[in-house]
Amino acid sequence: MEQLVELAERFLSEAPACDDWSLRLVEEDSDHLEVRQGVVEPGALVVSLGAMVTVVKGGGIGYGATSDLSLAGLRAAAERAAQWARVHARLGLFDAGIYPRTTTRMDYHSPVLEPWGGMSVTSKLALLHELNQALAIDPRIVDWSAWLTQRRVAQLLVTSDGGRVSQIFDSVHPGLLAVANAGNQTQHRHGGGSDWPQQGGLERLAAVHLQDDARRLAEEALALLDAPDCPDDTRDLILLPSQMALQIHESIGHPLELDRILGDERNYAGTSFVTPGMFGRYRYGSELLDVTFDPTIPGELASMVADDLGIPARREYLIRRGILERPLGGPLSQARAGLPGTANTRASSWDRPPIDRMGNINLEPVEGSLADLIARVERGILMDTNRSWSIDDSRNKFQFGCELGRLIENGELKGLVRNPGYRGISAEFWRSLDGVGGPETLEIRGVTNCGKGEPNQSVYVGHASPPCLFRDVTVFGGGE
Amino acid sequence: MNQDAFFALTERLQTGLTGAEILFCHLDGEASDFARINRNRIRQAGHVRSVSMELTLIAGTRQVAGRCTLSGDARPDLARLRWLLARLRERLADVPDDPYLNYATEISASQRQIGEQALPAEVAVDELITAANGLDLVGIWASGEITEGLASSLGHSHWHQSLSFNLDWSGYLEADKAVKARLGGFYWDADALHHALNAMREGLRIMARPARTLEPGRYRAYLAPAAVNELTDMLAWGGFDLRSHRTQQTPLLLMTQGERSFDPRITIREEHVRGLAAGFTAEGFVKPDAVTLIEQGRFGQCLVDARSGKEYGQMVNAAGDAPEALALDAGELPRAKVLAQLGTGLYIGNLWYCNWSDPNDCRVTGMTRFGTYWVEGGEIVSPVKVMRFDDSLYHLLGDRLEGLTSERELILSAQTYDGRSTDSVLLPGLLVSAINLVL
Repeated sequence: MEQLVELAERFLSEAPACDDWSLRLVEEDSDHLEVRQGVVEPGALVVSLGAMVTVVKGGGIGYGATSDLSLAGLRAAAERAAQWARVHARLGLFDAGIYPRTTTRMDYHSPVLEPWGGMSVTSKLALLHELNQALAIDPRIVDWSAWLTQRRVAQLLVTSDGGRVSQIFDSVHPGLLAVANAGNQTQHRHGGGSDWPQQGGLERLAAVHLQDDARRLAEEALALLDAPDCPDDTRDLILLPSQMALQIHESIGHPLELDRILGDERNYAGTSFVTPGMFGRYRYGSELLDVTFDPTIPGELASMVADDLGIPARREYLIRRGILERPLGGPLSQARAGLPGTANTRASSWDRPPIDRMGNINLEPVEGSLADLIARVERGILMDTNRSWSIDDSRNKFQFGCELGRLIENGELKGLVRNPGYRGISAEFWRSLDGVGGPETLEIRGVTNCGKGEPNQSVYVGHASPPCLFRDVTVFGGGE
Repeated sequence: MNQDAFFALTERLQTGLTGAEILFCHLDGEASDFARINRNRIRQAGHVRSVSMELTLIAGTRQVAGRCTLSGDARPDLARLRWLLARLRERLADVPDDPYLNYATEISASQRQIGEQALPAEVAVDELITAANGLDLVGIWASGEITEGLASSLGHSHWHQSLSFNLDWSGYLEADKAVKARLGGFYWDADALHHALNAMREGLRIMARPARTLEPGRYRAYLAPAAVNELTDMLAWGGFDLRSHRTQQTPLLLMTQGERSFDPRITIREEHVRGLAAGFTAEGFVKPDAVTLIEQGRFGQCLVDARSGKEYGQMVNAAGDAPEALALDAGELPRAKVLAQLGTGLYIGNLWYCNWSDPNDCRVTGMTRFGTYWVEGGEIVSPVKVMRFDDSLYHLLGDRLEGLTSERELILSAQTYDGRSTDSVLLPGLLVSAINLVL
């Protein structure tokens, strides 16, 4: 962060002459260690450092991003931003006078108990070798892998109005994969934290039960080879938090993004079935559906004190008791749409401009255990760990697949089923929500590859959810 | 960073190598303008200048790799690369021998420059917005220089530079009633823009008709090249790389086991020589002109990157696990006769958000999107509300394939997740006796 502060101070001495400017400096440092089939894969140390200068001038706005952080480099980026601001002033979608300004001064650092550097590379590789041995339990396990990915993003935003937001996001993502094959049937099981990312340090290794997970995943992959296909039917469906994260992401998070509703994403990520007139009245789901934008959960993937425009981030209800309350939109989108929103204007790195993104989008717990939910199902399927995702450009007609399914009969879990999938329509699906686990069943998960935007951007997003029960869902299995 | 600066920088960096150390330096750079358009006005525009270099340090049979961003100014860049090299040396002491280490020991050199200084982005965007007056246009303009360089302490010396533009856009009528267009290449052609806009206006006139809602079921269909691209993108996901094949993870498992095949008219090649991507790999291998992936419906060769090549004892023929310049052979159906040949059914302009429904059976699901119409008696009748399909490529490219168009379309990738993509495809349209719609 010291380096970023120094760079910002240098820039301040030659700040561009304009109505409003901001400088966002981002330093990203990452490491990846992986052992596959007992062989160490080549490491990948990455250090990325760059800046984005945003200039508002004469009713227009433009940005210039550069990896040249010399004063001349930053000056050139500011000049290019000003050139685009002039074009925007003439041909822009809105008057840049509505672009939000900030005087926010805040700091954030992810909670880290055990820093990445506290364990030697040799010890980390030894752990990954051990996990490889735990995964390779049978000749039908045809591929297996264990990995640790570390990422630190240090970011400093300074603005012409005196705003200064510094944030450091630390994460360590462990993961495991077991692939089993017999004849023409191949089955994958992921785990060990691979779909359970959070902020933090090496303490995540213990939290995701790496050692226990390795053998379980290999055994499940093998068992799936011999399991029957998921039936093609209409049944009750229990989704574990590993799949709820994806369900929330695709059919609540994306449709509520205000820039989609405003049409910005129509050429790529798509639009939304949600329209401005629905807020405050539309029944999105059953009475059990409470969904929040909550950047305050310690360790959740998109926890922060402010977004990339420097807008202080705070918890807001998006859906309360099933009724749609507010979209996911930063102050620029709010001004364009005349709607309330959230502090969620974010960029993937220094080389991409901030746009409306999800942050932590959480489904709030209600009551009861997973066993309580299962007990309420006469004929159903439980699904675990996403493997396939597809949804239309309005975020309505979806089809998702999972790695593992289990039949539920008369309130009891029965045998495994393979290739489980389900499909539905967002606008109807959430109204069939008939059970939400209690606080003790809540899992704080997320996704690390949320893609959107032109130019394209991939960001980290948090999703916390208990297991949930849905009634009368179309489910299906594999085969042509 | 230009060619001379790159090779001068790497030469100075290599003077610091010790003993038997080998160093590969792989540069990626771009200077791009991006302009997002919504409602035929600029939503967000700016410029990105990015330079980064990956270093792969090899000592004996051990290797480590790292990447850092650079300024383009030699002195600070050399210091930064030396710092990265020192970190790699530290890491090298901690890693064991790598049995799959593989780099080209044959020294090679190349130099390729594509395109020329195009119209300034601001001027092109202005021209677009003026010409599209009255349309609800949305999309992205991306243009500028992309560079890739490779230098090694063994003597490899490669440089690839392209100047191009890519306009990925669509015109909307309302809600999800829209027509998609693409315009990209190396030379700006105002006539091509006006031609595309006229076609878009014509398409939107049809979109104005009441949309038909289809029931789930099987429908005769024509898939335009952009829709076919979504299917070949799925095949590119594990369909062709050697590792996926040797670990039985390929969605073409049944084909490799001899149990299923595509129609004999399906031949798919990776055509490096035609593509926009660099002709060399980060390990110094030179890509062959072409690799036949599917030949007359049966599996041909795999794509083999350096690491898999060593692991499984095969010659390297690709930089990674996915095609960069895929081509599907043309057929005999003239595009002008597509509607007549279709008769009654679906004209699918684009597919969207495809994913594996069951990879073991090469079964894909996805949505129709943009420019999809109901056709009766060889005439377009109405637009169709978006529908989900779920079907096996063994059917769509196999027993239900009726024909491929004799004309093919070159589609330049508009992807920009890891910088502006240099991927491209060359594809015909497909006529199929049925596609399975499920929702």
